[in-house]
Amino acid sequence: MARKLLLEHAHVDGINTYDVYRKNGGYRSVEKALKSMSPEDVVEEVKKSGLRGRGGAGFPTGMKWSFIAKPEGVPRHLLCNADESEPGTFKDRYLMEKIPHLLIEGMIVSSYALGCNSSYIYIRGEYMYVLQILEKAIAEAYANGWLGKNIQGSGYDLDLYVSPGAGAYICGEETALIESLEGKRGNPRMKPPFPAVQGLWARPTVVNNVETIAAVVPIVNDGGDAYAAIGIGKSTGTKLISASGNINKPGVYEIELGVSVEEFIYSDQYCGGIKNGKRIKACVPGGSSVPILPHFLITKTAAGESRLMTYESLADGGFATGSMLGSGGFIVYDEDQCIVRNTWNFSRFYHHESCGQCSPCREGTGWMEKVLHRLEYGHGKMQDIDLLWDIQRQIEGNTICPLGDAAAWPVAAAIRHFREEFEWHVNEPKRCLESNYGLVKEKTFEPVNA
Amino acid sequence: MTENQEIQFPEHLLTEVGRIMAQFPEGKQKSALIRVLHLAQAHFGYLSTPVMDYVARLLHILPIEVYEVATFYSMYDTKPVGKVKLEVCRTGPCMIEGAEKLVSYIENKLGIKDGETTSDGIFTLKTVECLGACGYAPMLQAGEKFHEHLTEEKVDELIEMYRNKPVANYMGLDNNG
Repeated sequence: MARKLLLEHAHVDGINTYDVYRKNGGYRSVEKALKSMSPEDVVEEVKKSGLRGRGGAGFPTGMKWSFIAKPEGVPRHLLCNADESEPGTFKDRYLMEKIPHLLIEGMIVSSYALGCNSSYIYIRGEYMYVLQILEKAIAEAYANGWLGKNIQGSGYDLDLYVSPGAGAYICGEETALIESLEGKRGNPRMKPPFPAVQGLWARPTVVNNVETIAAVVPIVNDGGDAYAAIGIGKSTGTKLISASGNINKPGVYEIELGVSVEEFIYSDQYCGGIKNGKRIKACVPGGSSVPILPHFLITKTAAGESRLMTYESLADGGFATGSMLGSGGFIVYDEDQCIVRNTWNFSRFYHHESCGQCSPCREGTGWMEKVLHRLEYGHGKMQDIDLLWDIQRQIEGNTICPLGDAAAWPVAAAIRHFREEFEWHVNEPKRCLESNYGLVKEKTFEPVNA
Repeated sequence: MTENQEIQFPEHLLTEVGRIMAQFPEGKQKSALIRVLHLAQAHFGYLSTPVMDYVARLLHILPIEVYEVATFYSMYDTKPVGKVKLEVCRTGPCMIEGAEKLVSYIENKLGIKDGETTSDGIFTLKTVECLGACGYAPMLQAGEKFHEHLTEEKVDELIEMYRNKPVANYMGLDNNG
């Protein structure tokens, strides 16, 4: 059985309450850090752990923390990014709903490490009921002396608040999140200056994902080395994977990084295989923005090696034949799914969510949506496929924030791996309109798990 | 809300506004805007210009600062909507699990199209982008509640339930306007 560091107690009755959480070893990391570790010691353990940002970028957390500026007399802030909205991703909601105190504990110990005295959890507005769960848990933490002035007699003070968004994917980008928390539109900022120097209210700020902050708890409890002992190479520790699509057991799974993709999809411990005995057609392993993988590149790399659930292995082959671990939003498509329709759906999402600040993204996402719509609905021309390719190339790398890239990558990957299917939509528009699902069966299709 | 109704939060919501504003440092009360707008929308039904002006006065900011935020975020309604918004997720994994069929089913059942409100003013149907429930698709959000693993039968039950008791309670506060 795989080790669980975050969700070990997720199914304990009443674990969302302070008493049960505490009885199951909760708040030990705060006790340990405040009593026997300096803030620098905590940062050191996080560096040793090899923990990487769990929101999608995978940047080393300890290094991010070490960048925070410490000018005399200027308050610093830790912000938790709970604006989970990358399609395919629902792990943070699960964690906050089931074990709210784990996030709060992580916020306390991380704020201590960074020298912050007031920290915020920015949660997407649609998770308003989760915000209430968090506020209830925070009140319990205050009542038991884990928040407020002089926490557990240590002399360390921390206030923790939750603040909602109101429906904007872009606010998951850290500078847009900061703008939103300042009560503004979520337009990402130019960098530099980086948030570590000028973030919330122009103060030094660190923004970390929910899961990243929660992972600091086991790292402090058991030491960075113990955390780093799990996983492979630079992919250390455990990762929450949100599994959805045509699988038998969709849900949130905590995996040890390094599990094989094959095991993750087919073993009963995780996804339990493809639903209705169908064959797998494609997989988006890390949230909607990462490149889609065709069936023959999912469980094996182009070099024929077993593909693993790690940052490196999922990216093996670059964008030509690989993808990314991203946020761990693992979407599986069976043989009946239409790639053109799915790509159009994702493009519509990015068009809807573009903040409109940069022309390539504002205009380009709209063009991609329109061209994909006409391909899907049987009005496409063969040159539309190259047009799409051109548009995505003009967006990528030409915008202030990575939303442009996120919109471009799925389109590029779909054309790269499924060009025939786009051509089919041009040549046989009627048949696609009659049934998307009939389409795939007409094609030569080699199952990987036959 | 009628035009001549005075725009004013009741005492308990003013207390809540004060609590939210106190979460931010002196002079940074604008940070309370997004949450106070949620409160205003839940209480007044939608964010009319007078409501937004009222929020601006409460937070000591300019009305334009409220307008630009209210029109940026997709959860805010600047036009009247039904008492219960049925927001159906249509993105990726929900589409695979039949979100489009679900939307058509609700459209037929309620006799409205996406974005419209029933003539009795109870339901507004809206398709929305990913709500973070991909593993439990298809799903919809009504008020602050997530309804997952939906089937046509479940939708029938939901509509019946909300018809009898339109959602008004929001953010754990009794803020029925």
